[in-house]
Amino acid sequence: MVSALLCIRLSYRKLEKMFFKSGMKKKIDEMSQSHSRGWQGVKDSLVRFGQNRAALVSSFVLLIFIVIAIFGPTLAPHDPIKIGIGPRLTPPNKDFLLGTDQFGRDVLSRVLYGTRLTLQASIIAVVVAAGIGIPLGLIAGYAGKWTDNIISRFIDILLSFPGILLALIVVAILGTGLGKVQIAVGVSLIPAYARLVRGSVLSAKENVYVEAARAGGCSTFRIATRHILPNVFVPLLVLTTTAIGWAIIIATSINFIGLGVQPPTPEWGADLGAARSYLGVAWWPATFPGLAILITILSINLIGDGLQNALDPRLKHRAVIEK
Amino acid sequence: MLAIPTLIGVLVASFLIIHLVPGDPVEVMMFGANPTPEQVAQMREQLGLDQPLYRQFGSYLWGVARGDLGKSIQRQTPVTSEIKQRIKPTFQLTFAGMGIAIVFGFSMGILAALRPNSWVDSLAMGAANVTVAIPAFWLGILLILLFALNLGWFPATGQGGGKRLVLPALSLGIGYSAIIARLVRSNLIQVLEKEYILTARSKGLVERVVLFRHALKNALIPVITMIGLQFGNMMGSAVIIEILFARIGLGRLLVLSILQRDYPLIQGVILVFGIIYIFSNLIIDVLYSFVDPRIHYA
Repeated sequence: MVSALLCIRLSYRKLEKMFFKSGMKKKIDEMSQSHSRGWQGVKDSLVRFGQNRAALVSSFVLLIFIVIAIFGPTLAPHDPIKIGIGPRLTPPNKDFLLGTDQFGRDVLSRVLYGTRLTLQASIIAVVVAAGIGIPLGLIAGYAGKWTDNIISRFIDILLSFPGILLALIVVAILGTGLGKVQIAVGVSLIPAYARLVRGSVLSAKENVYVEAARAGGCSTFRIATRHILPNVFVPLLVLTTTAIGWAIIIATSINFIGLGVQPPTPEWGADLGAARSYLGVAWWPATFPGLAILITILSINLIGDGLQNALDPRLKHRAVIEK
Repeated sequence: MLAIPTLIGVLVASFLIIHLVPGDPVEVMMFGANPTPEQVAQMREQLGLDQPLYRQFGSYLWGVARGDLGKSIQRQTPVTSEIKQRIKPTFQLTFAGMGIAIVFGFSMGILAALRPNSWVDSLAMGAANVTVAIPAFWLGILLILLFALNLGWFPATGQGGGKRLVLPALSLGIGYSAIIARLVRSNLIQVLEKEYILTARSKGLVERVVLFRHALKNALIPVITMIGLQFGNMMGSAVIIEILFARIGLGRLLVLSILQRDYPLIQGVILVFGIIYIFSNLIIDVLYSFVDPRIHYA
C-alpha cells in the first residue's frame, strides 16, 4: 500500500481527480489513523487501564470529586459564606463534621463548595493552555523554518520563568481575581503543550503516510489536523492529566498568597491562606482543604500514570522500570 | 549559546510587563489616590512612559547594564537596593531546600533501586507519589502544626538560618525530593543492568565501590539536568513558602509589589528571577563535562 502510494506521488496531478472519486483521500485518512491504532487500540488500552488497580481507584475518587463539584451546593449541610452558623473555631463534631472556621462557618460546606471552584479553575487553565499551546506547537512543527524559529524562541522565553512565577507575571499584568488567575495559570502551562506538540509533529511529519496524504492532494490544514494530530493524541492526553494537577497546585498557591479569589469565596487555597493565622488555635481549617487538594492531585497523577502505561505499550519496559 | 537569546527575551519580557497592563499603567498604579493630571504626568515622566517605546527600551537596557533598575513607586527607594537586601534569604532558602531534596531524593532513589519491586521500593515510590502531590504550602502548614506548635522543636516563622530555616527548607525540598528519587531509581536500575557493572562485580569489587564509583556516576547525568531545571522551579515555589513562614525575601517582595502595583519593582524582581534561572541552567551545562568527560563544549 505504502509503495503504491509513493508511486502515485510521482504522477499525482494526473491521478488527483481519480482519488477524489474513489474516496482515496478518506483511505489515506484511515491509514494514518490506523497507525494510531484506531478503535481496537482504544479497547485494548481500556482493558490495560482497567487492570491497573491504582488508576482504577483514582478514577473512582476523581469521579466522586467531580460529582461533588457539580452537586456541591446540594450536598453541603450549611451555607459556606454565612458568618456565625456555629461557634467560632469549633473542633470537628457531629453538627460540624470538619469543624468551623474563624468566622463560625462550616469547614465541610466550604470544602465541598471549593471543589467546584478549584476543579473549574484547573480545567479552564488547561483549556487556555491547550487552546493556545497546541496550535502554536502544530504551526511551529509543521511550518518549520523561521516560523518555527520565532515560535520556539517565544516558548523558550516563557520557559525561562518557573511555572508559578510565570503565572504571577500574568497576575501582575492583568491584576488579581479568580478569572485572571485562571488565565494566568493557563499561560504558565502553554510552553508544555507547545513543546510537546511541536516535538511530536516533527517526528510524525517524516512518516510515509503524511507524504502520501500530501501526494493525495490533502490541504495543509487537513494533513495537520487529520493525519498528524491523532499521533500526538496519546502524549497530549497524558500531558493534560499532569497539567490539571499542575494547574491545581499553581492556582491554589496563588489563591493561598491572596492574589486570587477574594474572601468570602470558598476556595481550597484561599481557605488555607486564611486558616494560617489561626494555626495555634485550630488545626482543622488548615488541614481539610489541603487534604482535598492532596487527594485530588494524587488521583489525577495516578490516572495519568495509568493512562500512559495503557495507551502506549511501547513504554511498557520503561513503565516497569519507573513503576 | 542558547542562553544569550533567552537572556534578551527575558529582558524584553520584563520590560514589556508595564506596557502589557490593560489600560493606562499610571492610572492603574495610582488607582484610589485620586491623582491630579499634573501628578499623573509627573509619574509618567518619572517612569519614562512619555518617551517613544524604542527609547524607553534603550534606556531600560542602559539602566540594566549599569545595575540601575529604576525607583520603587511605593517605597521611593532604588529597586536594586530593595532586591539586594532580599536576595540572600531567598538563595539561603532555595539552597537549603535543594540540599534536602538531594539528600532525601538520592537516599530514597538508591534504596529503591537496589531492591526493585521489594517492599522498600514500594514504600519509597509510594511516598514519592504522595509527596509529589502535596502542595509545598500545605506541607509547610502540616510541618508547623507538628514540629512547631505541637512538639515545639522549631520556630514556626521568622527570618534567618539555623533552626529557623529547617521547616521552610523541608516544606520546599520534600516535594522535589520525590522527583529526584524517581529519576535516580529508574536511571540506577538501567545502569545496574549494564555489562560494565557485571565486570566490576566479577573482578571482585566491593558492592559499595560498584554502586558509588561505577553505577551512580553514570546514572547522575539525567539527574543533574533535572536538578538544574528544578532549581529555578524551586525559587518560584520559594515565593509561596516565604509568605507562609513570614520570611523576608524576593518572593515576598514580588507579591507585595504585585499587590501595590509597583511596576518598576515587579519588573526588577522578575528580571532577577529570569537571570538566575538562565544562570542555573548554564552552570548545569558546565557541570556535565565534569561528571561526563565525554561531553565537550567547543
